[in-house]
Amino acid sequence: MELNIDIQKEQEKAQEQIKEQGFRVLVCGGTGCVANGSLKVMEKFRELGASVSTLSSHDKMTVIPTGCHGFCEQGVLVVLPEYHTTYVKVKVEDVEEIFNSHIVGGEPVERLLYTDPATKQHIKKNDDINFYAKQTRTALENCGKINAESLDEAIAVHGYEALANIIKENNPDAVIQEILDSGLKGRGGAGFPTGLKWKFTAANRGGKSYVVCNGDEGDPGAFMDRSVMEGDPHKLLEGMAIAAFAIGADEGYIYVRAEYPLAIKRLRKAIADAEERHYLGKNIFGTDFSFVLHIKEGAGAFVCGEESALIASIEGERGMPRPKPPFPANKGLFGRPTLINNVETLANVPVIMRKGAKWFASMGTETAKGTKTFALTGEVNNTGLIEVPMGTTLREIIFDIGGGIRGGKKFKAVQIGGPSGGCLTEEHLDLPMDYDSLAKAGAMVGSGGLVVMAEDTCMVEVARFFMNFTKNESCGKCVPCREGTKNMLKILEKIVKGKGELSDLEVLEDLANTVKDGSLCGLGKTAPNPVLSTLKYFKDEYLAHIVDKKCPAGVCTALKTIKIDAEKCKGCTKCARTCPVGAIEGTVKQPHHIDQSKCIKCEACLSNCPFKAIVKE
Amino acid sequence: MSEDKKTLFIEGKEVEFTDEPNLLEVIRKAGMNVPTFCYRPDLTQFGACRMCVVEVEYPNGRVMVNSSCTMPPEAGIKVSINSQRVRKIRKTVLELLLTNHDRECTTCEKSGKCELQQYSEEYGVRKIKYPTLTKEEMMEIDDRNPSIVRDPNKCILCGACVRACSEFQGHSVLGFANRGSKTVVQPMSGRDLAAVDCVFCGQCQAVCPTGALTIKSNVDEVWDEINNKEKKVVVQIAPSVRVAVGEMFGLKPGENTIGKIYAALRKIGFDLVFDTNFSADLTITEEATEFVDRVTNNGVLPMFTSCCPAWIRYMETQHPDMLAHLSSCKSPQGMLSPVIKEFLPKYYEGYTKDNMVVVSIMPCTAKKYEAKREQLKGETDIVLTTQELGRMIKEAGIDFKALEDEKADSPFGEYSGAGTIFGASGGVAEAAARTAYYYITGENVTSNDIKEFRGVDKNSRSKTVEMDIKGTKVVIRVVSTLKEAEKAIQEIKNGTANFQLLEVMACPGGCINGGGQPRSCDDIKVKEERAEGLYTEDKNLELRRSHENPDILKLYAECLDGKPGSEKAHHLLHTSYNDKFKDSYKDIK
Amino acid sequence: MNTINKVNTEELNKIMAKYDYQKSYLIAILQEVQSIYRYLPEEAMIYIGTKMEGLSPATVLGVATFYAQFSLDPKGKYEIRCCDGTACHVRGSMPVLNAIRARLDLKDGKFTTDNGLFSLETVSCLGACGLAPVVMINDKVYPQMTSDAIKVVLDTILQEENK
Repeated sequence: MELNIDIQKEQEKAQEQIKEQGFRVLVCGGTGCVANGSLKVMEKFRELGASVSTLSSHDKMTVIPTGCHGFCEQGVLVVLPEYHTTYVKVKVEDVEEIFNSHIVGGEPVERLLYTDPATKQHIKKNDDINFYAKQTRTALENCGKINAESLDEAIAVHGYEALANIIKENNPDAVIQEILDSGLKGRGGAGFPTGLKWKFTAANRGGKSYVVCNGDEGDPGAFMDRSVMEGDPHKLLEGMAIAAFAIGADEGYIYVRAEYPLAIKRLRKAIADAEERHYLGKNIFGTDFSFVLHIKEGAGAFVCGEESALIASIEGERGMPRPKPPFPANKGLFGRPTLINNVETLANVPVIMRKGAKWFASMGTETAKGTKTFALTGEVNNTGLIEVPMGTTLREIIFDIGGGIRGGKKFKAVQIGGPSGGCLTEEHLDLPMDYDSLAKAGAMVGSGGLVVMAEDTCMVEVARFFMNFTKNESCGKCVPCREGTKNMLKILEKIVKGKGELSDLEVLEDLANTVKDGSLCGLGKTAPNPVLSTLKYFKDEYLAHIVDKKCPAGVCTALKTIKIDAEKCKGCTKCARTCPVGAIEGTVKQPHHIDQSKCIKCEACLSNCPFKAIVKE
Repeated sequence: MSEDKKTLFIEGKEVEFTDEPNLLEVIRKAGMNVPTFCYRPDLTQFGACRMCVVEVEYPNGRVMVNSSCTMPPEAGIKVSINSQRVRKIRKTVLELLLTNHDRECTTCEKSGKCELQQYSEEYGVRKIKYPTLTKEEMMEIDDRNPSIVRDPNKCILCGACVRACSEFQGHSVLGFANRGSKTVVQPMSGRDLAAVDCVFCGQCQAVCPTGALTIKSNVDEVWDEINNKEKKVVVQIAPSVRVAVGEMFGLKPGENTIGKIYAALRKIGFDLVFDTNFSADLTITEEATEFVDRVTNNGVLPMFTSCCPAWIRYMETQHPDMLAHLSSCKSPQGMLSPVIKEFLPKYYEGYTKDNMVVVSIMPCTAKKYEAKREQLKGETDIVLTTQELGRMIKEAGIDFKALEDEKADSPFGEYSGAGTIFGASGGVAEAAARTAYYYITGENVTSNDIKEFRGVDKNSRSKTVEMDIKGTKVVIRVVSTLKEAEKAIQEIKNGTANFQLLEVMACPGGCINGGGQPRSCDDIKVKEERAEGLYTEDKNLELRRSHENPDILKLYAECLDGKPGSEKAHHLLHTSYNDKFKDSYKDIK
Repeated sequence: MNTINKVNTEELNKIMAKYDYQKSYLIAILQEVQSIYRYLPEEAMIYIGTKMEGLSPATVLGVATFYAQFSLDPKGKYEIRCCDGTACHVRGSMPVLNAIRARLDLKDGKFTTDNGLFSLETVSCLGACGLAPVVMINDKVYPQMTSDAIKVVLDTILQEENK
């Protein structure tokens, strides 16, 4: 089809505009860094930039609010692309120093550079920071590098290039073939081949159909979709438009959870900007291809991440999953054929279309191609958002990128894939992360949440935590999930309270397997995974709770005792004064004693004792 | 059609299928069955109870477990309906449901008819491994309306009632609330059914697999009155009861057992037995007169029929501005009771207005509510449903099948075929048409069988019949379910309605499928068979037109000033309606 | 002004009209209603349920009680959302939660302070896992909370309010 613009020229124009910005200061404007005060940091930079006209290079400075870099824990992050320098934990008080010393004077500020936890060295160049060096970014390629609120900056980094070319070539089937060839699989959890989904939906071309983006990122411990929506919204919009063109849809919805106000704001702006210039909306690039996008806010229901529940929610109903078949490809939103992909999946699409299926398929493993984002959290030194080729091992992720376990503690387990996933152990550290091998180990890629747990985490309590989550988030429609999660939780609560019996384990495992087998939707079918995987790999901890009435990690309140070692106690009375319930007795300079009937095991005394005389058992 | 024939395998047996909507229906057609709570053929598939799960092996070797009620049949698949895997799921589902269930089975209204009880027995559930419902967790029972008892402690959340209320009545009085294990099914904010705009059609309890929604029973009151020596207990039986009550005694749906019902009622101890079919004829003469009057004297049109109490309540709560469209005729139940009380003493000694108790036997739960209407108070004393009648017969130790046919008592027992077809959707309109034709033209219709009015299946919930009455074109719309009625009302409101008479029955297919009938929600054929039973009786009767019923003519001559529409008839046989818009939900609307 | 009890029906009409009385926008409509009243008054739900085609009071309540965001009781001027997602949980969100409860004197079951200033709920992920444990008060995210840090945050708000 004939386009009314030349995307190459638009790109050149946009790149020219960026050059005119002069010296660029990228300040992270993601949710995490905003929480740490990045708006004030930006303001300060702008103030300073306006006052001084002689910089080390350029005659002008522009402060750019970017999306999330992924390295949230080190926020506020400030990047000077000119010098390849990243400053971490920047406070508004530090801005003047960075400005004067580095931006004006050309001299980096050592103390604000990232410190390698192992070598204690300050790292000057971005690429030398392990956290970044070991990543390969596709979906996140522009996150943190561009002004997330500017269409021009998106265009400058190839935004809408693929879409323009595809519309020009006007061969929707070829687009689907390219996605099929790339081997891209759904990044939201189930890992279904994306191209196939497109093909199935495209088979119903002709009537009204929809493209829906699943941005209901509900897995606790996962925030990659939020980062894409906040950091590079146009990439998502372009991915959706390409999908719409391929399957013959002219309308789409982005379903975003209400907990992401910033993402919603940026998406709304991105849609308005793109529609204004006919990159989206009616008659895109002056052709007769139209794609009108709406945003629907969720209202707090994890199950709406399940595609049929999400459809129900967009239709204004209770987010209860519907039986499949019929699949959304045949009968989805408002009864029409509907393509549903998640944010990360769609963000990969423009890159694949631009760089080619072969390029994408060259990354990853035999069965899992491309890259995958993971949200690395928990007891790891470098928490944050990362993107690595499929098949990267847990060891590389946790110990290389993540910088190992915090506070020198010992690694115990990693929980993968949120409440639907499982817990893996030391023996799985060298497992390549892809759909098949994780499934074999009893976990799943899921949306890519990785919560690292150290030796002081109780795995029975972790299983209880997840079961409590799924019990609360079960929609209540089908019996196995509604009643099964409730009863599994009751058993787990009994065990962590020290009231478990050996027969409970059998009942628990039996029930878990039935819920997995009999539930209506993916939430129920995967809800037992945390229980089953901990039962498989940490049975001894369950037995310790049941038989010895002990919590080996010292977490379960009912099973621990706080005691004062009379030999070490100097009778300083600090603990007695700290105790909120008055459970500690004793006279000055005499060993103190805890009244177990009063103790609530809050451990306040333990952390306050100057002589380490208080211990928990 | 041979190319449409495909086969699949169920437990190794090759089974043909054509256009069955799902695998469960194919299994049933093959003479096998799987249990289910939430699948009801007349409602959308829900897939929630997971009892009908089957294990399916696809030709490519993939094996999966899924609910058979939601799976389309596919050629070549191998289905196991009782593998270890699926039986395990079913038994666990039963155990889990029982953890939340008030298991006082023996005193439950649904005992013996409860599907949860039945499957628990079949699956040998003897022990529940999980903690069960405690007394403190029990919720309040709502029995503060005349028709339906709602016991949330017995609800298994299959959602059948929610779907019935929404898909049949478009009304959604019942809805899911909360989420997960806190989910409940309830009227808005847990209000009483009487405090919201429930119409008491009883379709919710007709599809309920357990004792969560049941008919409010008045059987004991009837026994008390029968045993009261001071009282004369008179009974009337509605058209649809005769083709359904036999099902409770192993007879086929549609088999007309009216002679046995008369006999049984006398054995139970009723003093006189009359037939509501008689007053159906009376209703037609009054209603046809009213209709002809409205047409010729520029009255409010379209006129709405008024036999269905659920429909009346719907109009009063939802469309009080349109009450003038409703025929002022009482329903057949509503006409016969005051006629009995007023005129029976003329014909029988020892009967007075005050010592008589009029009991009616209805296929309907809303009739219990109708009897309590302000305008109709003191006329019908007790209403029993078909189900309650069946239970009384059993309680009385009567061998129903062996009963010899008897006749109804005079003078309110004779009826025409037009009266009998009142029970099926379209029947009232067809009966009225036969009589209106006569009233307008002075001649009888050429054929009494006006088949365009007939049909009670899912696709016949809205029918439009055009009649040419010697040059006068009359368009009649027949709807069953309030959802379809609402569509007709919207047509009137937006000016597109082309009909002059609207017949409404709230239950899908009409009274033969009423909320008080024996349970039939898992077989859509039953209501067709019952309707067929009524049409067969109509066909076999010599008397086919209401206005020719000699007992009706006698009643007008001796008691009602000689003709339909007379002042006396108006006083006794007509009623009024009131705006109940604000009754429900207090004053919020 | 046309009101039923506490609810202004004209305001509700305006909101419904904005979404063209479309059933599929019920969630958005309820979100706007909640933003006005800080909860969903029953009267408002019944009003919407009877005014919009395809809905009933019971179905509106069904939607309102399905989603965690909606509250049938008034929320506080400061809505505290304490994250207890996995990442926050393993990094100690429970002590933070307990500290909030203790500071605001919210005993079991209660989630709004008597003066209506604060309401507290736990949520299962705010997507700020890198900063765990986090607390969100209205639209502001407070990172890396401890039981002491959150007390300071609350005290600051209380001081502001007492001015």
